[in-house]
Amino acid sequence: MRAVICGTGSAVPDKVLDNEELSQMVDTNDEWIRERTGIARRHIAKKDTCVSLAVKAAKSALEQAAIPAEDIDLLIVSTISSNVVLPCTACEVQKEIGAVHAASYDLNAACTGFVLAYQSAQSFLQAGFYRTVLIIGSECLSNLVNWQDRGTCILFGDGAGAAVLRAESGNGYLPAAHSDGKKGVALKCKSFFDGDMENQRFRQEEYKMQMDGQEVFKFAVRQVPAVIMEVLEKNTLALDDIDWMILHQANSRIVEAVSRHLKVPLAKFPMNMQEYGNTSSASIPILLDEMNRDGRLKKGQKIILAGFGAGLTWGASILEW
Amino acid sequence: MFEKIREMIAENLNIDMNTITEGASFKEDLGVDSLDLFELVMALEEEFGVEIPTEDLEELTTVGAVVKYVESHQE
Repeated sequence: MRAVICGTGSAVPDKVLDNEELSQMVDTNDEWIRERTGIARRHIAKKDTCVSLAVKAAKSALEQAAIPAEDIDLLIVSTISSNVVLPCTACEVQKEIGAVHAASYDLNAACTGFVLAYQSAQSFLQAGFYRTVLIIGSECLSNLVNWQDRGTCILFGDGAGAAVLRAESGNGYLPAAHSDGKKGVALKCKSFFDGDMENQRFRQEEYKMQMDGQEVFKFAVRQVPAVIMEVLEKNTLALDDIDWMILHQANSRIVEAVSRHLKVPLAKFPMNMQEYGNTSSASIPILLDEMNRDGRLKKGQKIILAGFGAGLTWGASILEW
Repeated sequence: MFEKIREMIAENLNIDMNTITEGASFKEDLGVDSLDLFELVMALEEEFGVEIPTEDLEELTTVGAVVKYVESHQE
């Protein structure tokens, strides 16, 4: 058996925060942000939550796939930024969309989350455990962003993307994924439940996202080309066989560097961080949905999804549209 | 060492060799920003087997400073 995506959906909050408005909050400016990140705007949740965004994306994906919610056997939500710890986002989504038969759980692998959700779904489908799986990346990173830190607050945005997968006959592609906990300090954020809060010793900024930009940049530029080559070799394919390289939309400079290192034209690397910023595990499914709906994805095309982020975690999958 | 690093800067950051002097400032004279510098650091780490942590990046403001840094940290 193999896993086939038969519907995609996405949702972002209405409120747009552009670079101009951000430069009134912290010492930065539009040109500086664009040159170093490719980002012009990001969407910020005011009323929306990880659950409400995920529900919108899920409904849109199910509608496109023309599959009723009752058919879903497994529902995985990748998120790191829900405002609620329990119940998990996936169970809340299950309730809202009426996926009454679905086993539901969250997955926390930051920006690699959607790729790992895809690989999990693929494994269950290929094993014959399930027939229909809904995977969602949903993030309200504005919950975790330190709005006083101009080095990170310019980067992130909120949104959700979803995909419905079904098992079909045929052979699937082998995945590639890795993690390196030793380098975990490069991207970190404390939970409010670590005890420091009660003792009044806490430092506010530790409860917001903190990033070592250089370490993360080097990690991404080294590991993403390597994991793309690894997944190709595992499946005896070559770079030329791939129509689209859909990378996590962290930063245009990372995507450009990966394109240069692989010697693959930048035209094969679609980007939309200009509009949404880095939406962590939502970035790949939002982009996938955009390309699906505007007709860029054509049947039979081969696509690589590549995620990388906190953990550190990274991975890549090949899929045929 | 200066010649080698000069070549690497020209190649990795696509900068005219003639403008790369020992005294040249990355930011002011060469128009190199922090992310360009990350790419140069990666190339230097691979070429010379050194590790350049983020804390040390602040002192690497000129081409000459990079040459000195690599010379003193190389095994």
